[in-house]
Amino acid sequence: MVEWTEFERSTIQSIFSKLDYDVAGGKALARCLVVYPWTQRYFGSFGNLYNATAIMGNPKVAAHGKVVLQGLDRAVKNMDNIKATYAELSVLHSEKLHVDPDNFKLLADCLTIVVAAQMGAAFTAEVQAAFQKFLAVAVSSLCRQYH
Amino acid sequence: IMSLSAKDKAAVKAFWAKAATKADDIGSDALSRMLVVYPQTKTYFSHWKDLSPGSAPVRKHGKTVMAGVAEAVAKIDDLTGGLLTLSELHAFTLRVDPANFKILSHNLLVVLATQFPEDFTPEVHVAMDKFLSALALALSEKYR
Repeated sequence: MVEWTEFERSTIQSIFSKLDYDVAGGKALARCLVVYPWTQRYFGSFGNLYNATAIMGNPKVAAHGKVVLQGLDRAVKNMDNIKATYAELSVLHSEKLHVDPDNFKLLADCLTIVVAAQMGAAFTAEVQAAFQKFLAVAVSSLCRQYH
Repeated sequence: IMSLSAKDKAAVKAFWAKAATKADDIGSDALSRMLVVYPQTKTYFSHWKDLSPGSAPVRKHGKTVMAGVAEAVAKIDDLTGGLLTLSELHAFTLRVDPANFKILSHNLLVVLATQFPEDFTPEVHVAMDKFLSALALALSEKYR
């Protein structure tokens, strides 16, 4: 079981309550597709991903970014049971989507950058540690059902 | 390895021109974050009196690190050759496990995002990430 301090719990709740899921998810996913272009392999049906401008303006990327954040929201609301909460999602990513789990960390890093840019100085080292710990748990839970 | 294109180099130089004025703060902040978020990195600094964010040794060392980054930007056309002495230092004297270069690079990128939210676009991000990876590779040249 993951142990969360009071600081970590309140930090995670606070960060996600301030995120616009319509915007932040798309920004993180677009950044991931630009910074780590091989991740585009999973989005063949998304149309124009030919350059950064196209990716950042692509409505399918924005829509899917929102889906990803809504998935993370489930972990935010079930911090004491992320593994069980994500069991089905893990099977989905492994069996149906065939996503290399290394990619989860890449997207997590991009979300960290997006949140850092939004929060500026408020994204202190301690806040960063809490946020990265949360994402690491989410990623680990997503990897759990891979075999 | 993924080499830097002309476009990457131009992006790095242009962004660095803006960031260089805050180099000391960036270095100190990145190191501070690294020591807090990745506590295993503290093992390299057991000889420091104070490892807390923004402490004197952290600020001083942040400056040293950023001077290295500045040197790398200047020698971006030949990182391996240009950083030979630094590579020997890291390989034979400091013996920092190269995995840590990635960790420090990540924290540098986080600091750049907090300090330059508008300028640190995805395109600048990818150029800087490639540059820092190439830098790390040049630093590991002499390891074995």
